[in-house]
Amino acid sequence: MTPTPASFAAARSADANDVIAVSGQGDSAQRDRHSGPEDTDRRSRGARRMRPGRRGSGWRNAGWVLVFLLPSAVPLLLFTVIPMLASIWVSLTKWNLISAPTFVAFANYRRLLTDPATLDYFLHTGAYIVGYLPLVYIGGLSLAYVLDKKLVARSFFRAAVFLPVITSWVVVALVWQWLLNPAHGVVNTVLGALGLGQPGWWTDPDWAMPSIILASAWKDLGFVMVIMLAGLQSIPGDVQEAATVDGATGWQRFRRVTWPMLSPSTFFVVVISLINGLQVFDQVFVMTGGGPQGATQVVVGQIYNLTFRYGRAGDAAALSWILFVVILAITAGQLAGQRRWVTHA
Amino acid sequence: MFRAAPHRRITLRRVLLYLALVACAAVMLFPFLWTVVTSITPEGTLANGPTLLVKDPTLNAYRTLFATLPMWRIVVNSFAIAVASVALQLVTGAMAGYAFARLSFRGRSVVFGAYLATLMVPLQVLVVPLFIEMKLLSLQDTYFSLLAPSMASALGVFLLKQAIEAVPRELDEAAVIDGASHLRIFAKVIVPLIKPSLATVAILAFMASWNSFLWPLVVIRSPELMTLPLGLSALHGQYTTAWDVVMAGSVVSIVPIAVVFVLAQRHIVAGLAHTGIK
Repeated sequence: MTPTPASFAAARSADANDVIAVSGQGDSAQRDRHSGPEDTDRRSRGARRMRPGRRGSGWRNAGWVLVFLLPSAVPLLLFTVIPMLASIWVSLTKWNLISAPTFVAFANYRRLLTDPATLDYFLHTGAYIVGYLPLVYIGGLSLAYVLDKKLVARSFFRAAVFLPVITSWVVVALVWQWLLNPAHGVVNTVLGALGLGQPGWWTDPDWAMPSIILASAWKDLGFVMVIMLAGLQSIPGDVQEAATVDGATGWQRFRRVTWPMLSPSTFFVVVISLINGLQVFDQVFVMTGGGPQGATQVVVGQIYNLTFRYGRAGDAAALSWILFVVILAITAGQLAGQRRWVTHA
Repeated sequence: MFRAAPHRRITLRRVLLYLALVACAAVMLFPFLWTVVTSITPEGTLANGPTLLVKDPTLNAYRTLFATLPMWRIVVNSFAIAVASVALQLVTGAMAGYAFARLSFRGRSVVFGAYLATLMVPLQVLVVPLFIEMKLLSLQDTYFSLLAPSMASALGVFLLKQAIEAVPRELDEAAVIDGASHLRIFAKVIVPLIKPSLATVAILAFMASWNSFLWPLVVIRSPELMTLPLGLSALHGQYTTAWDVVMAGSVVSIVPIAVVFVLAQRHIVAGLAHTGIK
């Protein structure tokens, strides 16, 4: 999963409080009371009396605030906030992007929510996540566990696993489409030589989603490994030693000590995978285009089709807001459940 | 106390572990090898079944590729857009981070909250209205439109604000006594001290831009403005069966990023890990 800014959104804001609580650096209210450059400024001017409140610290920095904030505020406003607000309006209209939009209130939402096909897009997206997450998590965790030890050529193995992470989704999808080519692909040739069945992979409605999952897990394995490695390296060594002294076997140490202490990393991987998984598009678009027979049509794929194939921008905007609400609800649910199983060392 | 003997014994366990690792590395690397092999296989022999030892290796696929698409231009586009996006996100992010970390002003927490809120909106929600906005401004199918959504990132602002807050205030104060302005403090004191976080933001921005597909797909039509993922997918549409050409295109898009990876591997991995743990 390529860490797109959006993908970090929930996880980051989820982490925000913890980061602040742990590091103790984010307590801005407290910091403001300390003397910063602006306060030193005030002191140097000496005699001038400053009344606390409105006229005081509030607007004194206005010029500097504008200088430092405008470069980021203008693009964010123009290319994120305004389109976002506009998207709410578009979702309430019927619009083919050519003639003038007509206001239809909640008709788009009503139609989408009562259309059984909408559920299918979400189910396909869910099937992708259900197949993908265990693969990358168990694979990434195992690799991190092994490659955390001192081994010959350790950095080579790490780099090999990581290389697909930096390869773009389109390339990964194309390469896997070729590897899984039913007629001339390497995978089916090997399976045939072994006397095993040769599935139709992305050309077969039953095998299309597994093909996409396989390619996606291959790409993201290294990302999960890096996150889990960082988690492993943050576990203090004496905890492991204490468990060893108490006579814990290797597996017990992992199951009862290491793995629970990795729960923040696990949490991060699960949150990010769900957010990214719900937005899956690139690899589906390239590998199957949603087919065969709509078997792999995912939510974002449908948003794309509605806008650029069927000229139904209003429906597309409404579907994107439904997706947003689902992402938000699932992420909020995870944050609420976080306390039960995530240990904070 | 519990340390193993200095000479590690070769145990069955260890042999199996290495065998598993080698198998794993093979699975990870084989697709790359296969991409290269396919790209030099003569077109007619692809249907004969896969073979690693290509009989008459040829660069024909690359010739077709460069004749079909302005590939050099596309590679340069990808790099230029990624570099521009990195530069803009570093400047806008560090400056905003400074404002939130060091300047006290009314409504600071509200404004910061608004920044974070933009992170919650996925690109998919923005794609349709952003496309319309670009159309209204007659900016669709331009370099500017490619860059527009990635000029500033609230994630970058957040990470850099955290980094700036970790810089001791005493350092700013020393500069203030010397009569430095905020801009000077920012440039001479803060920026040199937050380099690791700047590297993290740079890596995230570079990878996001390099891999970006949905937005370029929506906003770009002209081949000479395409980025690599878009060019490749266009190629795929045109030549569904010409796998040698598609794989040649894949090689051309993997090589530059692989070089970047080899040169900056340590920073890239550390940068990603940094975002994962707290």
